Formats: sequence, C-alpha cells, structure tokens
Amino acid sequence: MQGVLYDFTGLIQSIDAVFRASMSDLWATVLEYAIIGIIYLVIYALIGLFLVYAERKVCAFIQVRLGPNRVGPKGFFQTIADFIKLLLKENIKIKNADGVLFNLAPFIVIVASFLTFGTVPFAKGLQGIDLNIGVFFIMAVSSMGVVGILLGGWSSNSKYSLIGAMRSGAQIVSYELSVGLSLVTMVILTGTMQLSQIIELQSDGWFIFKGHIPALISLIIMMIASTAEINRGPFDLAEAESELTAGYHTEYSGIKFAFFYLSEYMNMFVVSALVATVFFGGWMPLHIGSWQAFNHIMDFIPPIIWFILKSFALMYVIMLFKWTFPRLRIDQLLKLEWQYLLPISLFNVLLMAFVVYMKWYF
Amino acid sequence: MAEEFVHLAVAGTEGQDLEINMGPQHPSTHGVMRFVVKLKGEVVESVQPHCGYIHRGIEKMCESLSYPQIIHLTDRMDYLSAHINNEAVCLAVEKALNIEVSDRIKYIRTIIAELNRIASHLLWWSSMCMDMGAVTPYFYAFRDREKILDIFEETTGGRLLYSYNCPGGLMNDIHPNFQKRVKEFIPYFRKSFKEYDELVTGNVIFQNRTMGIGLLTREQAIAYGVTGPAGRGSGFACDVRKRAPYSAYDKVQFNEILYNEGDSFARYKVRMDEMLESLKIIEQLIDNIPEGSYVEKMKAVIKLPEGEYFQQVETARGELVVHIISDGNKTPYRVKFRSPCLSTLSVMDLISRNQKIADLIAIGGSLDLVIPDIDR
Repeated sequence: MQGVLYDFTGLIQSIDAVFRASMSDLWATVLEYAIIGIIYLVIYALIGLFLVYAERKVCAFIQVRLGPNRVGPKGFFQTIADFIKLLLKENIKIKNADGVLFNLAPFIVIVASFLTFGTVPFAKGLQGIDLNIGVFFIMAVSSMGVVGILLGGWSSNSKYSLIGAMRSGAQIVSYELSVGLSLVTMVILTGTMQLSQIIELQSDGWFIFKGHIPALISLIIMMIASTAEINRGPFDLAEAESELTAGYHTEYSGIKFAFFYLSEYMNMFVVSALVATVFFGGWMPLHIGSWQAFNHIMDFIPPIIWFILKSFALMYVIMLFKWTFPRLRIDQLLKLEWQYLLPISLFNVLLMAFVVYMKWYF
Repeated sequence: MAEEFVHLAVAGTEGQDLEINMGPQHPSTHGVMRFVVKLKGEVVESVQPHCGYIHRGIEKMCESLSYPQIIHLTDRMDYLSAHINNEAVCLAVEKALNIEVSDRIKYIRTIIAELNRIASHLLWWSSMCMDMGAVTPYFYAFRDREKILDIFEETTGGRLLYSYNCPGGLMNDIHPNFQKRVKEFIPYFRKSFKEYDELVTGNVIFQNRTMGIGLLTREQAIAYGVTGPAGRGSGFACDVRKRAPYSAYDKVQFNEILYNEGDSFARYKVRMDEMLESLKIIEQLIDNIPEGSYVEKMKAVIKLPEGEYFQQVETARGELVVHIISDGNKTPYRVKFRSPCLSTLSVMDLISRNQKIADLIAIGGSLDLVIPDIDR
C-alpha cells in the first residue's frame, strides 16, 4: 500500500487523544480548532511571502535580471521586509469613499482565499478539512472573492478602480464556467468530489494518464481559465497597470493592499494545488507501471515534498504565462471564453462521460 | 477653459459617459502628458490631449544663446534622438555659413545618428510592449540599448544627451575603440533581434491587439502632417533621409520602409524594419570612415548673416525642421522647431475613437510620443 510510509493520520489521532484525555471534549475541540487555525494562518502567510519571493526570482530569471539579493541570503527576506513596510504604512482614508464597504472588501477577498486554502490536502492526514464535496466547496468559496473585488472597486470612489472592478466581474464570472466544467469532467472520471478520495484513487496512476485525451483537454482549459480567474497575466485586466494604474486596488494602501496582494498569490497556490490534486495525484508519488525498484524509491520521498513540487511546477507555468505574454483586451478575453473554451469544455464533458461509459480509461 | 475644468470636476457623476484623466501621472503616458478621455463603458468616445506640463520655452531661450550653446537645448527636446536634433541645428548653421564639412564628419555623424535611432526604437519597443502588458521585452531591449549607450559614453561622454555635434563638426574625435565596438554590436544585435520577433512580433495576442487597430489612412497622415514611422506605416513616403539627403545618406544604400495598412501593427513593423535598415547603413559606413580632422575651422564667435535658414532631418520620430531667422548677431532673432511628435499627437483623437481603453494605450505606444518634444 502506497503512502503508508508517511501516514500522518495516526500522529494527528494520537495528538487528539492526548488532548481529549486531559480535558473535557468541548474544550479539546475548541483548543484544537484554535491551534489548527493559528497554524493555518502562519502557513498561509509564509507560503504567500515565499510565493512573492519566488515570483520575483522567476521573473528576474526570465528578464535577465538578478532579482532581490540584498536582504538576507539571496534576498530571501526581501518579502518579509516589504511586508513589514506595508504593515507600518498609513491607511489612507479616501474622500467620499464608502467607508464600511471599502474596509470590508479586502477581508472578503482574503477570507475567500483562506477558506479554499483550508481544504488543500498536503499529505495523507494533513488536511484542514476533508469535505465530501471538496471540489465543489473550493469552486463555491473561491467565487466569493469576486464580491470583494467588486466592492473594493465600487466603494473606493475612483474611476480607474470602478473600471477595473467591472472588468474583473465580467471576467471571473465568465471563466468560472470553464473552471467548473473542467472540474466536472474530472469528477465524472473520479466519481467522487472528496479530495482525499480523489488522491487515493490515483495510487495506481495519475488521472492525467488514466483519463488521457479528455483529461488533457480539461487540464489545458483548467490552466487557462484558472489563470484568468485569479486575475493573473495575460488576463490581468482588472489590474492592468498600464491602463488603469492598479485597477480595483488603486486606492488601497498599507495592510489592506497587502491583503489583496497576498490573496492573489495564495489563490495561485490554491489553484495549482487543486490542479495538482485532481490531475497529478496530489501527494501521490510518481509510479511507473511495473518498475518495482523505481516505485519503491519514489515512495521514500515524503508526500508533502511531492505535493509541494507538483504545485510549484504548476505555479511556475502560471508565472511563465504572466511574464511572456502581452495582455488581452476585454472583448478578446470574453470571446476566448464564450466562443472557444466554453463550447470545448461542454463537448469535453460529453466526451469524458462517453469514455467512462465505454470504460476506455485505464 | 474655466468652464471646461468645472465640467471635468463633475463629469462621471451623471449619465453614461465617464471622463477620466489619463495623466499627467499615469504609467503609460511616458511623461507628463494629460489625456482627458471620454468613455462609454470600455469604449473611447473622444480623447483630448492637454499639453504644456513640461514646456520650457526652448525656442525663446534660443534667442538669447549663441549657436554652439543652442545645441545643448536641442538635446533636451526629443531626448531619445538627441544627436539627430543637434545635427539639424548644426546643418542649418553650416548651410548659413556656406561651410562644407569633411566626409569624416559626415560619416561619423551618420553612424552615430543611426545608432541613436536604434537606441530610440529599442526604447520605443520596450515601452510599447509594456503598455500592452508584456514586461519582459522591456528588459530585453534595455539590455541591448545599454550596449549602444556604452559605445556613446566612450566616444561622446554622454549616455542620453550627447551634445556631440557642434557647428562645423564634432566636439571631439571618435574613441579608438569606436569602430571595433560598433562592429561587435552589429552581429550581436542581429541575433537578439530574432529574439524580439519570437517574443513579441509573432505572438498571437500581440497581433490581435494591434492589427486593424488605430487605422490612419495615407490622406489623413498627410493632412495632419504625421511623419516618421507613424506616417510611413500609413504608406506616406516621408523619409527625409531619402527625399532630401543630408550628411552621408546620399552615399549609402538603404530602403525606405513603407507599409500601407496604417494600423498599429504597421507602425510597429516600420520601426522594427527600420532598425535593421539602420544596421545596414552603419555597416556600409563603419569601415570607410576617411581620415581627417573632426572639426572644420570656425570663427571664435559664430555670426550668421542676415536671413532665414532652414534644415530638415529625420529623427527617430519623424521630420524635425529647424527654422532660424538671423539678424546678423551672434544670437538668432527667432528659432522655430517643427517637432514631429506634436503633429503625431494631433491624430490621437482621430484614430482612437470607438476603440477600447486598452487599444488607446496601444495606439499611444505605437505612435511613440516623446512628451518633451511636444511641449519643447
């Protein structure tokens, strides 16, 4: 049985047992929730900071530059310094801005991305919450973020922000369809929406190999559509710094801006984690048919490493998109979705259903 | 005017139209330029340019300066083709004094002007790509522009404003390394030019964003006096280097790049091809620089005889005309510069109506406006 080498379920259960032995059930539950919440907050912030650093280094690599190299070894602490700077910055009050909504918007955005982060399966047993509708939950919660973006743009009493918010509204709502449909395609193959089960099912081969043609189409659509959904280049029309200065978060400063910024990077992580989970076996090691020795060596690499490697490889691809392509125009963006991606994904759902019905998958 | 400003202050609060101020501080105006853009949703209804934010009164200042001093002001008009601006004044003064400069001076002037043109087009390329959301080309172009600037620094002492021309010749002789380094640069640039094409020109997104956008017909280009690459992108054969050759342009073979489409992509292609043509010109001249003095003998105080003098040159942005009226003193009575960017700016409203905001930015990029050249 694969994954047995590094099963965290037992560890978590024994910690839980210790808690429950020393105090009442209610207190144990409350305390566990608090501890897990804090751990997740810390991991969330750390991954976010690391991603900002990684993005800078990757983009510097593409652009024949060095990137940050002053604060800490190879500039590793640059983002932490930046974050401290953002924390200390003034929260500028915007004249005639809708105060409540203006302050609420960044929280909605970051809560949406934090909730999706909770379902990410890092390894066997290492998952915040394993819902039986995991895929559906991620889809539903992540689309909450657009409310924050719309509110932020609308309430900041700035024309640039308003245009950016309206753009992102049109964009995210459209591309949600393709993301949803490509996930539906995969759910047809897996037969479950629970993320842990989806991974277990891939122990003898990742779905990208099992599902072959329809899975591949669905992967490509998923990568394009989710890049658009998280507002990253070449689909970063909502921010479009050369057109709208900074789009919906033009008027935000300090920690509120940092929330938008962090949630953008964490959304990228969640999207890559989801793609890695659904298509590339999550924390499952790479196994090749009957190569027993090879498979055995792969098993020794901890699942958490596998997971991080896979999601970072996918994030690298998303970064490559951003730093290579020029930005699309809004009408071209919507045309791409409604004329190409959506019909193809609808067809792909049918194709996958047919493949599953005929049992043509491996 | 006052009414207009009041109107601006309340605009956008009623009705469908939204008026936004692009500039004077905006990431893609490339300087302090303000466009009042009237929008209907994403569609641009009209663009009103408001210039004057960086007006320094260069023409007026010239009236109190001697001719060798004027050179340093013309540097600061179109700062990206500083050398070519200087050449215009120098040629006008030399014409007035009936001085025929030696071939050596002509050759060096032409080589440096073409290198300057490449450097200017590189900066245009990088900023146009950045306007369209691609940041990487910016660094590619700056990497290569740096090589040209290094050559300039060695010979002229300046990296942006060279002041290398002076009436009657050049400020100083070329650096011993000059020829070697230029010859190293040519193959290097040809190689990295392929990279540019792979990265941007062939990109589907880029082509969709520029083809058929910002159409300027040949008639409109002529009517508005749009010269330079923007005019040649509309099929208007307006290259001064061909029509009225100055310096060493009559001694070299090169093509005038013409495209008839008149859209942003045509203007883009004109500049890209022009860079290669400039390389060709440099290649023909670099090995044949004649020996001799780098400056002709001039009087200590240059006084132009009474009369009007006129010289046109092709800068990286179009036709620059210098018109000097002299009353016989050591300072001119009046100097008029016809700057290419002001005419180019005037078609902004015409060609960006009914386009999207994003296209407005791309059109602005393809016109290659240098704001200090508009305001002077």
